[in-house]
Amino acid sequence: MNAIIVSALLGVVMMFSGIFTTNKSLIKNIAAVGVLVLLAANLMEMYDLFAFDINTHDLIVTQRYGLFFNSIAYLATFIYIVLSGNDITEVGVNVAEYFALIFFVLCGVAILSSFNGLLMLFIGVEILSIPLYILTGSDKRNLKSNEASLKYFLMGSFSTGIMLMGIALIYGGTGSFGMVHTTLRGVVTASQPVSYLLVAGLLLLFASMSFKVSAAPFHFWTPDVYDGAPSVFTSFMSTIVKAAGMIAFIRVFENQFTVLGPTWRIIVDFVIVSTLLIGNITAVFQQSVKRMLAYSSIAQAGFMLFALYANNTEIAKEGILLYAAAYSIATIGIFAVLIKLHDYTLDGFNGLAKKEPVLAFTATVSLLSLSGIPLTAGFFAKYYVLAGAMQAGGALWLIIVAVLLAAVSVYYYFRVIQAMYFKSGDPQTLPITSGFKGVLIAVAALIILLGIWPSVLLSWLYF
Amino acid sequence: MPIQYYIYLCLALFSIGIIGVLTRRNAIIVFMCIELMLNAVNLLLVAFSKVHNTMALAGDKTSMAGIEAQLFVFFIMVVAAAEVSVGLAIIVMMYRNVHSVDINFLNRLKN
Repeated sequence: MNAIIVSALLGVVMMFSGIFTTNKSLIKNIAAVGVLVLLAANLMEMYDLFAFDINTHDLIVTQRYGLFFNSIAYLATFIYIVLSGNDITEVGVNVAEYFALIFFVLCGVAILSSFNGLLMLFIGVEILSIPLYILTGSDKRNLKSNEASLKYFLMGSFSTGIMLMGIALIYGGTGSFGMVHTTLRGVVTASQPVSYLLVAGLLLLFASMSFKVSAAPFHFWTPDVYDGAPSVFTSFMSTIVKAAGMIAFIRVFENQFTVLGPTWRIIVDFVIVSTLLIGNITAVFQQSVKRMLAYSSIAQAGFMLFALYANNTEIAKEGILLYAAAYSIATIGIFAVLIKLHDYTLDGFNGLAKKEPVLAFTATVSLLSLSGIPLTAGFFAKYYVLAGAMQAGGALWLIIVAVLLAAVSVYYYFRVIQAMYFKSGDPQTLPITSGFKGVLIAVAALIILLGIWPSVLLSWLYF
Repeated sequence: MPIQYYIYLCLALFSIGIIGVLTRRNAIIVFMCIELMLNAVNLLLVAFSKVHNTMALAGDKTSMAGIEAQLFVFFIMVVAAAEVSVGLAIIVMMYRNVHSVDINFLNRLKN
């Protein structure tokens, strides 16, 4: 509960801070301290120190796993605000409101990692989504931002409608909004006849959750929205928000396999393969690095879905946490570099290594991590989720497809590295401070640290 | 009345909403169709609430089963109101820039 209440309160604090000061860097610093307070409140709860003791009647059940995910998300947000906070203040005039909305999104993250029942799932998804519609359109004079915002909003609320229909049908089939389906006859298992309402509801819920994490064939909004939104907010949307959506997806569906038995896997197989194929193959043809990263985030969602496929094996549950951390930090790193460039096309990166070696180095480490090269965090993240799917069994062909497509992803990530190091050019950059460079080096070090000792992170889950 | 009638009515309303979202080009009308989808869900939830309550009353005269669906309806209304406020603001923002609320405007990012 700590994280949910503190993040909501901090959102209100940020809104008020906009009244009392217009000093942009002060507001940014308040936000950075706020995220640290939030992280501390969440860590307190991990060690059984409750600032708020509220009886939620089992609507929210905090477990160490969810709290640990919160910590990862808040740490990533802290890195994000320290790295890109100055760019957030440049998007428009309502600086305090942007940070307030980010805190409301973090409240949604906390709900999505600890909900127990479909009511809180719905509330969490909406608290996560509605501030993002605003952040996407925050560059008010820019037509691309307007368009992305309207498209995201219309498609997002459409998928909310689908999700609600799914929840209503599940309720009709079972008589409860609980996570484990019980009927008046008792707990639903595969041996009992399953209500067609429940099956239809689960399918609709699956479709709308796939939409939220931009898994194919529900990914159409992703490239346009990620491309049109201001780059700083794309960085936030494609990392922390997507990881939270994935945790919610896994949390709500981890018990559903028992209802439908093995037929369920066919749908997950289809979604994983099409997500990996569409994400990776389309990314190869992109000229804009920002759009390429949007497609790559679709492809990474395909890998994260392996944790759903693995269905509760221990290694996959650890893997998705590691994946969330590795993917978030690497993407925040590459976006922080991208924001500093004037030209988002591949040619804009030409010769960056000569002009700004630190930026080029961090971008390289981030891209290596995203493509899953050993000694970076991305390698063990991919290894854990694939090993989880392997343990669950029956998925050898799926894993082979995933590894082959990871090889394809190396191609488009390395094109950026090649442009930075082996092509000559004079990239135009925004002014870069030495503090920014220092944080970038810390991010690169963190990625390599997680790549060599992933257990540093994962041992926290148990102690 | 059998529950099937309610399910058919709700699915019909929901389908009208979906068809409207997919075919209409005016952002406001698309938005109204999304609201129609949400209201179809509300109706369905209330119908299911009554069904589950009636089934539970057969065993236990003081049963409160089914009440959580009606609570859910209130949450849907609140969230829908929040979405309306954000959505209309976005549509107004777009109208100020292009003087149109036509969805066909949304094809510029594709190139």
